[in-house]
Amino acid sequence: MCLGIPGQIIDVSEQGDLPMGRVRFGGVSRQVCLAHVPGAAPGDWVLVHVGFALARLDEEEARRMLALLAELGEVDP
Amino acid sequence: MKYLDEFRAEAPVRALARAIAGAATRPWVLMEVCGGQTHSIVKYGIDELLPPSVELVHGPGCPVCVTPLEMIDRAHAIASRPDVIFCSFGDMLRVPGSHGDLLSLRGRGADVRVVYSPLDAVALAEQHRDRAVVFFAIGFETTAPANAMAAEVARARGLGNFSLLVSHVRVPPAIASILTTPGNRVQGFLGPGHVCTVMGTSEYEALARTFRVPIVITGFEPVDLLAGVLALVVQLESGTHAVENAYTRVVRPEGNAAARAIIDRVFEVTDRKWRGVGTVPKSGYRLAPEYRDLDAERRFEVEAVTAQEPAVCISGQILKGLKKPRDCPAFGTRCTPEDPLGATMVSSEGACAAYFAYRSRAG
Repeated sequence: MCLGIPGQIIDVSEQGDLPMGRVRFGGVSRQVCLAHVPGAAPGDWVLVHVGFALARLDEEEARRMLALLAELGEVDP
Repeated sequence: MKYLDEFRAEAPVRALARAIAGAATRPWVLMEVCGGQTHSIVKYGIDELLPPSVELVHGPGCPVCVTPLEMIDRAHAIASRPDVIFCSFGDMLRVPGSHGDLLSLRGRGADVRVVYSPLDAVALAEQHRDRAVVFFAIGFETTAPANAMAAEVARARGLGNFSLLVSHVRVPPAIASILTTPGNRVQGFLGPGHVCTVMGTSEYEALARTFRVPIVITGFEPVDLLAGVLALVVQLESGTHAVENAYTRVVRPEGNAAARAIIDRVFEVTDRKWRGVGTVPKSGYRLAPEYRDLDAERRFEVEAVTAQEPAVCISGQILKGLKKPRDCPAFGTRCTPEDPLGATMVSSEGACAAYFAYRSRAG
Protein backbone atom coordinates (compact mmCIF):
# COMPACT_ATOMS: atom_id res chain seq x y z
CA MET A 1 0.00 0.00 0.00
CA CYS A 2 2.86 2.38 0.79
CA LEU A 3 4.38 1.45 -2.55
CA GLY A 4 6.51 4.24 -3.99
CA ILE A 5 7.96 4.10 -7.48
CA PRO A 6 10.89 6.21 -8.67
CA GLY A 7 10.32 8.11 -11.90
CA GLN A 8 11.78 11.05 -13.83
CA ILE A 9 9.85 14.27 -14.48
CA ILE A 10 9.45 14.92 -18.23
CA ASP A 11 7.55 18.22 -18.03
CA VAL A 12 5.56 20.33 -15.58
CA SER A 13 2.27 22.21 -15.97
CA GLU A 14 -0.40 24.01 -13.94
CA GLN A 15 -3.73 22.20 -14.18
CA GLY A 16 -6.33 24.46 -12.67
CA ASP A 17 -5.32 24.86 -9.05
CA LEU A 18 -2.66 22.10 -9.01
CA PRO A 19 0.97 21.81 -10.10
CA MET A 20 1.19 18.62 -12.17
CA GLY A 21 3.88 16.93 -14.23
CA ARG A 22 4.38 14.04 -16.59
CA VAL A 23 6.64 11.43 -14.95
CA ARG A 24 8.30 8.54 -16.79
CA PHE A 25 8.57 5.12 -15.11
CA GLY A 26 10.61 2.80 -17.29
CA GLY A 27 8.56 2.61 -20.49
CA VAL A 28 5.36 4.34 -19.34
CA SER A 29 4.57 7.88 -18.28
CA ARG A 30 1.69 9.38 -16.35
CA GLN A 31 0.42 12.62 -14.85
CA VAL A 32 1.54 13.11 -11.25
CA CYS A 33 0.65 15.83 -8.72
CA LEU A 34 3.76 17.82 -7.74
CA ALA A 35 2.13 19.91 -4.97
CA HIS A 36 4.21 18.22 -2.24
CA VAL A 37 7.58 18.71 -3.98
CA PRO A 38 7.72 22.48 -4.54
CA GLY A 39 10.35 23.50 -7.08
CA ALA A 40 10.56 20.09 -8.76
CA ALA A 41 11.65 20.48 -12.38
CA PRO A 42 11.99 18.38 -15.55
CA GLY A 43 14.88 15.93 -15.21
CA ASP A 44 14.40 15.51 -11.43
CA TRP A 45 13.81 12.00 -10.09
CA VAL A 46 10.86 11.72 -7.72
CA LEU A 47 9.27 8.97 -5.63
CA VAL A 48 5.60 8.60 -6.61
CA HIS A 49 2.80 7.20 -4.46
CA VAL A 50 -0.91 7.11 -5.51
CA GLY A 51 -0.33 9.77 -8.15
CA PHE A 52 1.61 12.17 -5.91
CA ALA A 53 5.34 12.87 -5.85
CA LEU A 54 6.39 12.49 -2.19
CA ALA A 55 10.11 13.25 -2.38
CA ARG A 56 12.90 14.16 -4.74
CA LEU A 57 15.47 11.34 -4.91
CA ASP A 58 18.94 12.29 -3.76
CA GLU A 59 21.35 10.94 -6.38
CA GLU A 60 24.42 11.70 -4.25
CA GLU A 61 23.02 9.65 -1.35
CA ALA A 62 22.16 6.75 -3.67
CA ARG A 63 25.74 6.76 -5.02
CA ARG A 64 27.18 6.98 -1.51
CA MET A 65 25.26 3.93 -0.31
CA LEU A 66 26.21 1.87 -3.37
CA ALA A 67 29.89 2.86 -2.93
CA LEU A 68 29.79 1.74 0.73
CA LEU A 69 28.29 -1.57 -0.36
CA ALA A 70 30.94 -2.05 -3.03
CA GLU A 71 33.56 -1.66 -0.30
CA LEU A 72 31.76 -4.19 1.87
CA GLY A 73 31.83 -6.66 -1.06
CA GLU A 74 35.56 -6.16 -1.56
CA VAL A 75 36.75 -6.54 2.02
CA ASP A 76 34.71 -9.69 2.66
CA PRO A 77 36.06 -13.09 1.57
CA MET B 1 15.36 0.90 -14.03
CA LYS B 2 17.43 3.52 -12.29
CA TYR B 3 17.09 3.53 -8.49
CA LEU B 4 15.63 0.01 -8.62
CA ASP B 5 18.04 -2.32 -10.45
CA GLU B 6 21.12 -1.28 -8.47
CA PHE B 7 19.26 -2.01 -5.24
CA ARG B 8 18.27 -5.49 -6.41
CA ALA B 9 21.75 -6.56 -7.60
CA GLU B 10 23.13 -9.87 -6.42
CA ALA B 11 26.68 -8.81 -5.41
CA PRO B 12 25.69 -6.28 -2.72
CA VAL B 13 22.93 -8.63 -1.50
CA ARG B 14 25.48 -11.42 -0.96
CA ALA B 15 27.98 -9.03 0.65
CA LEU B 16 25.34 -7.75 3.08
CA ALA B 17 24.17 -11.28 3.96
CA ARG B 18 27.78 -12.24 4.77
CA ALA B 19 28.25 -9.09 6.85
CA ILE B 20 25.07 -9.83 8.85
CA ALA B 21 26.18 -13.43 9.49
CA GLY B 22 29.55 -12.09 10.67
CA ALA B 23 28.00 -9.46 12.95
CA ALA B 24 25.35 -11.61 14.70
CA THR B 25 26.73 -13.51 17.71
CA ARG B 26 23.39 -14.01 19.51
CA PRO B 27 19.72 -14.54 18.55
CA TRP B 28 17.83 -11.38 17.64
CA VAL B 29 14.19 -10.81 16.73
CA LEU B 30 13.54 -7.93 14.32
CA MET B 31 10.25 -6.63 12.97
CA GLU B 32 9.64 -4.93 9.64
CA VAL B 33 6.73 -2.58 10.23
CA CYS B 34 5.55 -1.98 6.71
CA GLY B 35 3.48 -4.43 4.65
CA GLY B 36 5.37 -3.42 1.50
CA GLN B 37 8.56 -4.53 3.24
CA THR B 38 6.92 -7.82 4.30
CA HIS B 39 5.93 -8.44 0.69
CA SER B 40 9.49 -7.74 -0.57
CA ILE B 41 11.09 -9.87 2.16
CA VAL B 42 8.96 -12.91 1.39
CA LYS B 43 9.05 -12.38 -2.39
CA TYR B 44 12.85 -12.10 -2.58
CA GLY B 45 13.47 -14.60 0.24
CA ILE B 46 15.41 -12.01 2.27
CA ASP B 47 14.65 -13.84 5.53
CA GLU B 48 16.16 -17.02 4.05
CA LEU B 49 19.46 -15.18 3.41
CA LEU B 50 19.81 -14.39 7.11
CA PRO B 51 21.66 -16.56 9.64
CA PRO B 52 19.32 -18.69 11.81
CA SER B 53 20.01 -16.43 14.78
CA VAL B 54 18.39 -13.40 13.10
CA GLU B 55 14.61 -13.78 12.91
CA LEU B 56 12.29 -11.41 11.06
CA VAL B 57 8.71 -11.12 12.30
CA HIS B 58 6.10 -9.28 10.32
CA GLY B 59 4.39 -6.17 11.55
CA PRO B 60 0.97 -4.53 11.28
CA GLY B 61 1.86 -2.17 8.43
CA CYS B 62 -0.72 -3.08 5.82
CA PRO B 63 -3.50 -0.48 6.02
CA VAL B 64 -5.80 -2.49 3.78
CA CYS B 65 -5.40 -5.48 6.13
CA VAL B 66 -6.05 -3.57 9.34
CA THR B 67 -9.05 -1.59 8.10
CA PRO B 68 -11.69 -2.77 10.58
CA LEU B 69 -14.42 -5.10 9.41
CA GLU B 70 -17.13 -2.68 10.51
CA MET B 71 -15.61 0.10 8.38
CA ILE B 72 -15.83 -2.17 5.32
CA ASP B 73 -19.42 -2.94 6.26
CA ARG B 74 -20.11 0.81 6.47
CA ALA B 75 -18.53 1.17 3.03
CA HIS B 76 -20.84 -1.60 1.84
CA ALA B 77 -23.90 0.21 3.17
CA ILE B 78 -22.88 3.42 1.38
CA ALA B 79 -21.79 1.77 -1.88
CA SER B 80 -25.12 -0.12 -2.10
CA ARG B 81 -27.06 3.13 -2.47
CA PRO B 82 -28.27 3.82 -6.02
CA ASP B 83 -27.28 7.51 -5.86
CA VAL B 84 -23.63 6.76 -4.97
CA ILE B 85 -20.44 6.27 -6.97
CA PHE B 86 -18.12 4.54 -4.51
CA CYS B 87 -14.39 4.47 -5.20
CA SER B 88 -11.08 3.52 -3.62
CA PHE B 89 -7.75 1.88 -4.32
CA GLY B 90 -8.11 -1.53 -6.00
CA ASP B 91 -6.72 -3.62 -3.15
CA MET B 92 -9.14 -2.01 -0.65
CA LEU B 93 -12.15 -2.82 -2.82
CA ARG B 94 -11.15 -6.51 -2.86
CA VAL B 95 -11.04 -6.94 0.93
CA PRO B 96 -14.02 -8.94 2.21
CA GLY B 97 -16.29 -7.48 4.86
CA SER B 98 -19.09 -9.37 6.58
CA HIS B 99 -21.04 -9.48 3.30
CA GLY B 100 -18.35 -9.96 0.66
CA ASP B 101 -16.02 -7.40 -0.91
CA LEU B 102 -16.98 -4.05 -2.36
CA LEU B 103 -16.24 -4.90 -5.99
CA SER B 104 -18.74 -7.79 -5.75
CA LEU B 105 -21.49 -5.19 -5.25
CA ARG B 106 -21.16 -4.34 -8.95
CA GLY B 107 -23.03 -7.57 -9.71
CA ARG B 108 -25.98 -6.13 -7.78
CA GLY B 109 -25.94 -2.90 -9.76
CA ALA B 110 -23.80 -0.75 -7.47
CA ASP B 111 -21.38 1.74 -9.06
CA VAL B 112 -18.04 0.81 -7.47
CA ARG B 113 -14.87 2.05 -9.16
CA VAL B 114 -11.12 1.56 -8.73
CA VAL B 115 -9.08 4.77 -8.71
CA TYR B 116 -5.31 5.08 -8.97
CA SER B 117 -5.12 8.49 -7.29
CA PRO B 118 -7.46 10.29 -4.85
CA LEU B 119 -7.54 13.09 -7.45
CA ASP B 120 -9.27 10.64 -9.82
CA ALA B 121 -12.08 10.45 -7.25
CA VAL B 122 -12.36 14.25 -7.27
CA ALA B 123 -12.50 14.18 -11.09
CA LEU B 124 -15.41 11.69 -10.87
CA ALA B 125 -17.27 14.14 -8.64
CA GLU B 126 -16.73 16.87 -11.23
CA GLN B 127 -17.97 14.66 -14.06
CA HIS B 128 -21.03 13.37 -12.16
CA ARG B 129 -22.43 16.34 -10.28
CA ASP B 130 -25.83 14.65 -9.99
CA ARG B 131 -24.35 11.67 -8.09
CA ALA B 132 -22.74 11.40 -4.65
CA VAL B 133 -19.09 10.39 -5.06
CA VAL B 134 -17.63 8.73 -1.96
CA PHE B 135 -13.90 8.01 -1.68
CA PHE B 136 -12.79 5.35 0.83
CA ALA B 137 -9.71 7.13 2.23
CA ILE B 138 -7.40 4.57 3.80
CA GLY B 139 -3.67 4.32 4.31
CA PHE B 140 -0.81 5.24 6.58
CA GLU B 141 0.91 8.63 6.77
CA THR B 142 2.34 7.92 3.29
CA THR B 143 -1.12 8.17 1.72
CA ALA B 144 -2.61 10.79 4.05
CA PRO B 145 -1.24 13.84 2.14
CA ALA B 146 -2.77 12.61 -1.14
CA ASN B 147 -6.13 11.88 0.49
CA ALA B 148 -6.02 15.24 2.29
CA MET B 149 -5.40 16.94 -1.05
CA ALA B 150 -8.56 15.33 -2.44
CA ALA B 151 -10.56 16.90 0.41
CA GLU B 152 -8.92 20.30 -0.04
CA VAL B 153 -9.34 20.35 -3.84
CA ALA B 154 -12.97 19.17 -3.66
CA ARG B 155 -13.69 21.96 -1.17
CA ALA B 156 -11.91 24.57 -3.30
CA ARG B 157 -13.83 23.48 -6.42
CA GLY B 158 -17.18 23.60 -4.59
CA LEU B 159 -17.96 19.90 -5.11
CA GLY B 160 -20.78 19.38 -2.63
CA ASN B 161 -21.34 15.85 -3.97
CA PHE B 162 -17.90 14.64 -2.80
CA SER B 163 -17.25 13.01 0.57
CA LEU B 164 -14.68 10.74 2.23
CA LEU B 165 -15.05 7.59 4.29
CA VAL B 166 -11.88 7.95 6.38
CA SER B 167 -10.10 5.01 8.01
CA HIS B 168 -6.53 6.30 8.27
CA VAL B 169 -3.93 4.71 10.53
CA ARG B 170 -0.64 5.97 12.04
CA VAL B 171 2.47 3.86 12.57
CA PRO B 172 4.09 5.13 15.82
CA PRO B 173 1.18 4.21 18.17
CA ALA B 174 1.17 0.72 16.61
CA ILE B 175 4.87 0.29 17.42
CA ALA B 176 4.23 1.45 21.00
CA SER B 177 1.35 -1.03 21.25
CA ILE B 178 3.57 -3.91 20.09
CA LEU B 179 6.33 -2.99 22.55
CA THR B 180 3.90 -2.90 25.48
CA THR B 181 2.17 -6.20 24.58
CA PRO B 182 2.84 -8.91 27.20
CA GLY B 183 5.18 -11.51 25.69
CA ASN B 184 6.59 -9.06 23.12
CA ARG B 185 9.63 -10.58 21.36
CA VAL B 186 10.63 -7.71 19.07
CA GLN B 187 14.05 -6.21 19.88
CA GLY B 188 14.54 -3.88 16.92
CA PHE B 189 12.49 -2.36 14.10
CA LEU B 190 13.03 -1.79 10.41
CA GLY B 191 11.29 1.59 10.22
CA PRO B 192 8.76 2.36 7.45
CA GLY B 193 10.69 4.22 4.75
CA HIS B 194 7.80 5.86 2.94
CA VAL B 195 5.89 6.84 6.09
CA CYS B 196 9.10 8.58 7.21
CA THR B 197 9.45 10.24 3.79
CA VAL B 198 6.37 12.21 4.83
CA MET B 199 6.71 12.39 8.62
CA GLY B 200 10.48 12.46 9.14
CA THR B 201 12.23 10.65 11.97
CA SER B 202 11.37 12.59 15.15
CA GLU B 203 8.47 10.35 16.25
CA TYR B 204 10.78 7.35 15.93
CA GLU B 205 13.50 9.01 17.98
CA ALA B 206 10.95 9.41 20.79
CA LEU B 207 10.02 5.70 20.54
CA ALA B 208 13.68 4.59 20.50
CA ARG B 209 14.37 6.67 23.64
CA THR B 210 11.24 5.64 25.53
CA PHE B 211 11.49 1.92 24.85
CA ARG B 212 15.30 1.70 24.45
CA VAL B 213 14.83 -0.03 21.10
CA PRO B 214 16.87 0.56 17.93
CA ILE B 215 14.94 1.64 14.81
CA VAL B 216 16.50 1.76 11.36
CA ILE B 217 14.50 3.61 8.70
CA THR B 218 14.59 1.21 5.76
CA GLY B 219 13.63 1.10 2.08
CA PHE B 220 11.92 -1.64 0.12
CA GLU B 221 14.46 -3.22 -2.23
CA PRO B 222 16.54 -6.27 -1.26
CA VAL B 223 19.71 -4.21 -0.73
CA ASP B 224 17.79 -1.66 1.36
CA LEU B 225 16.20 -4.33 3.53
CA LEU B 226 19.49 -6.13 4.20
CA ALA B 227 21.27 -2.83 4.90
CA GLY B 228 18.55 -2.12 7.47
CA VAL B 229 18.96 -5.55 9.07
CA LEU B 230 22.75 -5.13 9.24
CA ALA B 231 22.47 -1.72 10.92
CA LEU B 232 19.98 -3.15 13.46
CA VAL B 233 22.15 -6.17 14.26
CA VAL B 234 25.22 -3.95 14.73
CA GLN B 235 23.25 -1.74 17.15
CA LEU B 236 21.81 -4.68 19.08
CA GLU B 237 25.22 -6.35 19.39
CA SER B 238 26.72 -3.13 20.76
CA GLY B 239 23.75 -2.37 23.05
CA THR B 240 22.71 0.94 21.46
CA HIS B 241 19.18 2.08 20.64
CA ALA B 242 19.38 4.94 18.16
CA VAL B 243 17.32 5.88 15.12
CA GLU B 244 19.37 5.39 11.96
CA ASN B 245 18.41 6.24 8.40
CA ALA B 246 19.35 3.52 5.89
CA TYR B 247 17.16 5.07 3.16
CA THR B 248 18.87 8.44 2.78
CA ARG B 249 18.22 8.75 -0.96
CA VAL B 250 14.54 9.30 -0.09
CA VAL B 251 14.06 10.10 3.62
CA ARG B 252 15.10 13.45 5.15
CA PRO B 253 15.10 13.75 8.96
CA GLU B 254 12.46 16.50 8.82
CA GLY B 255 10.21 14.62 6.38
CA ASN B 256 8.23 16.49 3.74
CA ALA B 257 7.05 19.86 5.11
CA ALA B 258 4.36 20.46 2.45
CA ALA B 259 2.90 16.97 2.89
CA ARG B 260 2.88 17.23 6.69
CA ALA B 261 1.20 20.65 6.52
CA ILE B 262 -1.76 19.40 4.48
CA ILE B 263 -2.23 16.43 6.85
CA ASP B 264 -2.40 18.91 9.74
CA ARG B 265 -4.91 21.11 7.92
CA VAL B 266 -7.34 18.36 6.91
CA PHE B 267 -6.99 15.64 9.55
CA GLU B 268 -6.78 15.28 13.31
CA VAL B 269 -5.49 12.40 15.44
CA THR B 270 -8.10 9.98 16.79
CA ASP B 271 -8.34 6.54 18.41
CA ARG B 272 -8.70 3.88 15.71
CA LYS B 273 -9.73 0.23 15.67
CA TRP B 274 -7.35 -2.15 13.80
CA ARG B 275 -8.70 -5.34 12.29
CA GLY B 276 -7.36 -8.27 14.31
CA VAL B 277 -5.88 -6.03 17.00
CA GLY B 278 -8.65 -3.84 18.44
CA THR B 279 -8.62 -0.17 19.36
CA VAL B 280 -5.21 1.50 19.58
CA PRO B 281 -5.24 4.96 21.22
CA LYS B 282 -4.37 7.89 18.93
CA SER B 283 -3.54 5.48 16.11
CA GLY B 284 -5.58 7.10 13.36
CA TYR B 285 -6.64 10.24 11.57
CA ARG B 286 -10.16 11.53 11.04
CA LEU B 287 -11.31 14.68 9.30
CA ALA B 288 -10.60 17.84 11.29
CA PRO B 289 -13.64 19.88 12.42
CA GLU B 290 -13.29 22.28 9.45
CA TYR B 291 -13.65 19.33 7.06
CA ARG B 292 -16.21 17.30 9.04
CA ASP B 293 -18.94 18.18 6.49
CA LEU B 294 -17.06 15.94 4.00
CA ASP B 295 -17.36 12.94 6.36
CA ALA B 296 -19.29 10.17 4.56
CA GLU B 297 -20.00 8.33 7.84
CA ARG B 298 -22.08 11.29 9.00
CA ARG B 299 -23.54 12.17 5.65
CA PHE B 300 -24.89 8.65 5.09
CA GLU B 301 -25.55 7.88 8.78
CA VAL B 302 -23.66 4.59 8.94
CA GLU B 303 -21.84 5.21 12.25
CA ALA B 304 -23.97 2.59 14.05
CA VAL B 305 -22.87 -0.33 11.81
CA THR B 306 -20.73 -2.81 13.80
CA ALA B 307 -19.25 -6.25 13.01
CA GLN B 308 -17.79 -9.35 14.71
CA GLU B 309 -14.48 -10.92 13.59
CA PRO B 310 -14.08 -14.73 13.34
CA ALA B 311 -12.68 -16.17 16.59
CA VAL B 312 -10.39 -18.80 15.00
CA CYS B 313 -8.19 -16.19 13.25
CA ILE B 314 -4.82 -15.43 14.92
CA SER B 315 -4.05 -12.39 12.74
CA GLY B 316 -3.95 -10.17 15.84
CA GLN B 317 -1.02 -12.18 17.23
CA ILE B 318 0.67 -12.23 13.80
CA LEU B 319 0.32 -8.45 13.47
CA LYS B 320 2.05 -8.04 16.83
CA GLY B 321 4.90 -10.40 15.94
CA LEU B 322 3.87 -13.07 18.47
CA LYS B 323 3.03 -15.71 15.86
CA LYS B 324 3.76 -16.55 12.22
CA PRO B 325 1.32 -17.62 9.48
CA ARG B 326 2.15 -21.32 9.74
CA ASP B 327 1.28 -21.31 13.46
CA CYS B 328 -2.36 -21.03 12.40
CA PRO B 329 -4.30 -24.27 11.83
CA ALA B 330 -6.52 -22.52 9.29
CA PHE B 331 -3.60 -21.20 7.17
CA GLY B 332 -3.88 -22.40 3.57
CA THR B 333 -6.83 -24.66 4.38
CA ARG B 334 -9.88 -22.86 5.74
CA CYS B 335 -8.19 -19.52 5.14
CA THR B 336 -6.83 -18.58 1.69
CA PRO B 337 -6.56 -15.30 -0.27
CA GLU B 338 -9.75 -16.27 -2.15
CA ASP B 339 -11.64 -16.93 1.09
CA PRO B 340 -9.76 -15.15 3.89
CA LEU B 341 -10.72 -15.31 7.56
CA GLY B 342 -8.80 -12.29 8.73
CA ALA B 343 -6.60 -9.26 8.37
CA THR B 344 -3.28 -10.82 7.35
CA MET B 345 -4.77 -12.88 4.49
CA VAL B 346 -6.95 -10.20 2.89
CA SER B 347 -4.29 -8.29 0.93
CA SER B 348 -1.06 -9.28 -0.81
CA GLU B 349 0.84 -7.17 1.73
CA GLY B 350 -0.49 -9.19 4.66
CA ALA B 351 1.97 -11.72 6.10
CA CYS B 352 -0.36 -14.71 5.56
CA ALA B 353 -1.13 -13.80 1.95
CA ALA B 354 2.59 -13.24 1.21
CA TYR B 355 3.46 -16.67 2.68
CA PHE B 356 0.59 -18.23 0.73
CA ALA B 357 1.77 -16.67 -2.55
CA TYR B 358 5.48 -17.38 -2.24
CA ARG B 359 5.91 -20.14 0.31
CA SER B 360 2.93 -22.51 0.04
CA ARG B 361 4.88 -25.08 -1.97
CA ALA B 362 8.09 -24.80 0.06
CA GLY B 363 6.15 -26.08 3.09
